[in-house]
Amino acid sequence: MDFKDTAEEAAFRKEVRAWLKANRPKKKELEGLGGIEQAKLWQKRKYDAGWACITWPKEYGGRGASPIENVIWNQEESRYDLPQGVFSIGQGMAAPTLMMWASDEDKARFLPKLASGEEIWCQLFSEPAGGSDLAALRTRAVKDGDEWVINGQKIWTSGAHYSDYGILVLRTDPSVPKHKGLTYFWIDMRAPGMEIKPIRQISGDSNFNEVYFTDVRVSDSQRLGAEGQGWQVALTTLMNERASIGAGGGSVGVDSIYKLAKEVEIDGKPAIRDPAVRAKLADWYCQESGLKYTSWRTLSALSRGETPGPENSIGKLVGAPKAQDMASFAIDLQEMAGAIRDPKLSEAAAMYQETYMAIPGLRIAGGTDEIMANIIAERVLGLPQDVRVDKGIPFSEVPTGS
Amino acid sequence: MNFEFSEEQNLLREQAQGFLKDNSPPAAARRVLDSGADYDEGLWQKIVDMGWTATVIPEEYGGLGLSYLELCVIAEELGRAVAPVPFSSSVYLATEAILMAGTDAQKEEWLPKLAAGDVIGTLAMSEGAGRPTARSLECEVKDGKLSGTKIPVPDAGIASVAVVLAKSGKRASLYLVELDQGSKTAFKPVNTLDPTRGHGQIRFKNAKAELLGKAGKGMDLLDALLDRAAVLFAWEQVGGAQAALEQAKEYAMGRYAFGRPIASYQAIKHKLANMYVKNTLARSNCYYGAWALNTDADELPLAAATARVSAIQAYYFASKENIQTHGGMGYTWEFDCQFYYRRSKLLSVAIGSEAMWQDRLIDAYEEHAA
Repeated sequence: MDFKDTAEEAAFRKEVRAWLKANRPKKKELEGLGGIEQAKLWQKRKYDAGWACITWPKEYGGRGASPIENVIWNQEESRYDLPQGVFSIGQGMAAPTLMMWASDEDKARFLPKLASGEEIWCQLFSEPAGGSDLAALRTRAVKDGDEWVINGQKIWTSGAHYSDYGILVLRTDPSVPKHKGLTYFWIDMRAPGMEIKPIRQISGDSNFNEVYFTDVRVSDSQRLGAEGQGWQVALTTLMNERASIGAGGGSVGVDSIYKLAKEVEIDGKPAIRDPAVRAKLADWYCQESGLKYTSWRTLSALSRGETPGPENSIGKLVGAPKAQDMASFAIDLQEMAGAIRDPKLSEAAAMYQETYMAIPGLRIAGGTDEIMANIIAERVLGLPQDVRVDKGIPFSEVPTGS
Repeated sequence: MNFEFSEEQNLLREQAQGFLKDNSPPAAARRVLDSGADYDEGLWQKIVDMGWTATVIPEEYGGLGLSYLELCVIAEELGRAVAPVPFSSSVYLATEAILMAGTDAQKEEWLPKLAAGDVIGTLAMSEGAGRPTARSLECEVKDGKLSGTKIPVPDAGIASVAVVLAKSGKRASLYLVELDQGSKTAFKPVNTLDPTRGHGQIRFKNAKAELLGKAGKGMDLLDALLDRAAVLFAWEQVGGAQAALEQAKEYAMGRYAFGRPIASYQAIKHKLANMYVKNTLARSNCYYGAWALNTDADELPLAAATARVSAIQAYYFASKENIQTHGGMGYTWEFDCQFYYRRSKLLSVAIGSEAMWQDRLIDAYEEHAA
């Protein structure tokens, strides 16, 4: 057991540090650019120098780096506040699905542009009637010669309004049980017949959209996997979703709340001297540390060429509620001023208030807390599935609420 | 970067698991519980014969000179087996204290005996409710003679030597005290939450006491000792928590209600998933603790407190929810759920409570951040 870098890892870290130091965008370069333009500028610069999506094969624009090298890269890159985020669905979910299921031609066409950030992808899975029960989705695709005609509605599509392409699962056969009647496609987000409507969240922001399909046509060549194999292909995406949707909460953590607790006072003494405050911070530190070393154990297995155990499935389930509780606690520490949500007036530029309003979404996105607990219970502990009243029944005959 | 135990260490784990399955089944703890004995003497002798008490003691003192990682592996398995033996007192506390603070002569005198299991050692720290401090201590040493009462002292009825925290003047020191001094070291058994591990009261009356480590440095030495012991206790706790989860799972799979296994209900699934989450976080923190202990890293106080707090919480949660999963049967004397429930609480206060370790964690964090 050795938690330190090996000689090769240390050399790699040094190389990464030097490159980041010399090449990270300076404030002046980013001035006047929107968030997406900033992210695209940084992504392209990394791509041109061979530092984008470094674990991908070189032929797709990556570097063929090892998972450990990727961790080192991420550690070093996250030391700077750099513009990114809009690529995570494309690079983290669409790309692994394309790598496994797309034709060589499509891989060569799409993957390098995903790596360079020139094209942004989104994911069109959830529907009003299919969230946690994703396979209950209803948007229909009907075959018409070499094409499919799509009608229906997707929802919670992050970034649909600025994406170039999307991955989507559709109902192609309602006469068979729900998992068997699905087929998976990629789609041009500017295809005629698509309408994108932003959803206003409780935070006031609009990160998600509704996407309506009216007689939208896609070519059969845009199919990934066989007809009726959509669920299996979707699982590739979902496995990667859990890896790419982080716990959220951004900078809200023990470090930030410790600083806050040194500044604010309780009964005339810094809050950090209060035993109740210390106990809470200690518990959260244990969770942060536990998640960190759990992921290191996973990486350790990867670096030995082994398949990692299921330990890492706990990240979002622990991290999202923790971030919510910590934001709530940090607000409490500020007493009445904690209610102020104004970057100019609030502590830490309203980071705690923003996180408080953002986290309810993260506890739901990519698998609710409850679904994550089911996954751990069923796939990790091997407990039996719940009774499913829709099992084996043709999808068209499954009872619905609407 | 490598966070795994080595192949040899994993072999040791397999061997320890097999040995304890045969020699320390729940029936062994039950025999101690029912008989009122201090420990399972036969099991202890076999553990000594396997060399586990000699694990980290250097070869020059009759030990095996292995690393702390081996000791962590053994600790986890002893915890899993809720073994009714004085291993933690003798190895994590007494042996560690002498290794850490003993003079060459003290090491020569005690380590070979501790390694060979000729003597059992323990730590006498508590004097009743509350955290002992230099100010609160009533046990006092004057002219090499110790007087005062320690309660509870783990394994007090079977230990031959104790490391005792006592006052000398205004400050505290550690002392080595032999426990066979007749009426000068009067022992009385004490019933505890976990009778599978014997505890007692020791009343010292002008007992001969030998300074261990520097005079007046008792609290610092104790802190350093507890940092080391905390990692090993945490591994025991993680082992016990894992065993409680496995027991709950096995029962839930086999128990039917309303026509199906209770393990298929989300209320039970989420309970077991929560156990798994807490156990996994605690285990990962224990890895960090094991590394810090083994390399004598600067982060040891932080790593130890982190491992300790999360292991306390994981074991408590798993042991109580294991009973809950079993329903009424879990509350019966006949079922084994009680062993984890008893042991989890005993271990959680054994070397300072959760609250104390939360406080130490933030102390260490502040020091580390500074």
